[in-house]
Amino acid sequence: MNKKISITIDGKEISAEEGRELLWVALENDIFIPNLCALKEKDRPSASCRLCFVEIEGFPRPVTSCTQPVTEGMVVNTRSPEVDRLVGTAFELLLSDHRLGCSKCPKNKACALQRIAKERKLKLKPKRLDKFEKDTPIDDSTDLFVLDRNRCVLCGRCIWADRHIARVGAIGFSQRGIKRKVSTFGDKLLKDSPCIECGECVEVCPVGALVFKKDYGK
Amino acid sequence: MELLEGEKEVIISQVSEILGKHKHNCENLVPMLQEVQNQLGYVPELAMEMIADSLEVPAVAVYSIVTFYNQLRLNPPGDHQIRVCMGTACHMIGGQIILNSFERRLQIEEGETTEDRKFSLERVACVGCCAIAPVVVIDDLVDGKVTPTRVDGILLSFENSNNNEGKKEQEQKPVERGEGQE
Repeated sequence: MNKKISITIDGKEISAEEGRELLWVALENDIFIPNLCALKEKDRPSASCRLCFVEIEGFPRPVTSCTQPVTEGMVVNTRSPEVDRLVGTAFELLLSDHRLGCSKCPKNKACALQRIAKERKLKLKPKRLDKFEKDTPIDDSTDLFVLDRNRCVLCGRCIWADRHIARVGAIGFSQRGIKRKVSTFGDKLLKDSPCIECGECVEVCPVGALVFKKDYGK
Repeated sequence: MELLEGEKEVIISQVSEILGKHKHNCENLVPMLQEVQNQLGYVPELAMEMIADSLEVPAVAVYSIVTFYNQLRLNPPGDHQIRVCMGTACHMIGGQIILNSFERRLQIEEGETTEDRKFSLERVACVGCCAIAPVVVIDDLVDGKVTPTRVDGILLSFENSNNNEGKKEQEQKPVERGEGQE
């Protein structure tokens, strides 16, 4: 157990374990910081969603809170014009190729994107960017769950769960840039991959990309 | 892509040889893949699986790397390699339309090879002759100001030349000889 230190987040004094990531300290103390790719169990945060920016006094620019260990006397602000600009843009980019239709989505009301939009008063339909509909076929080949890549935000949590919790290695990222997607070896259907249908990846999906069949069409 | 007869054996022997030359750790993954591509012209699924096995990583991890780099091909090169330029000038003047025309005519997508292995189609960044955009490079031949009609023409010329080659061997050669004698 590391020694306890005290930090200030949004004017609230908080006691925390030294060296823990700021994101988890904030979340455990009911201070919301948007995040998608972070998982507490990960050894190394991937810091890829670019949503958990915060401002720390003495730092020249905002930092991602999932990679920032806390130190004694740290003064943090979760909101500032600069932070809002960074998070707003990252959010817009994520939503620009995300299939909406929330009312038909099985994750409706439990979706991380909806939560972030509500907390930060961001729009789910960004006006500044053109909508890019991926329109990829839905993989419903397994008995347990459905993979809808049109709703995927590429956070990589399912891949981490597949490797580190399930220890299977059925899914990974493929391609690059706008074509990047979660796929199996050789872009096969999940039922033709080493997938054992344990459902660990579905448990960690923050959005409606991986959903149990029993929840589908509810 | 379906492997032809005998290809599986070639892949296994070549990849085993390459695996023998390297230490089996992840730093050597990209050099291994490059060597496979040098030897075979592309990185077949079987090779990725063999490499993944030797490095003790999931095959999909190797697949991630292969699809990430443009340099690595997933499909064998065709007899004729068609490269459609997508540099700035070609892009602005409608390179995509030319690529789409090829995709429609050959019934393959960018990066793929036709079933008969005659043509493979890929996009390139810039071939350096923007003045004649949109540009297509077929094998070593540069073709400029390409239109969808020209795409049909290019492919037709290959069909014809192949027929002619066949005919030459059977019929035309004797005729040519006849002319020479006169």
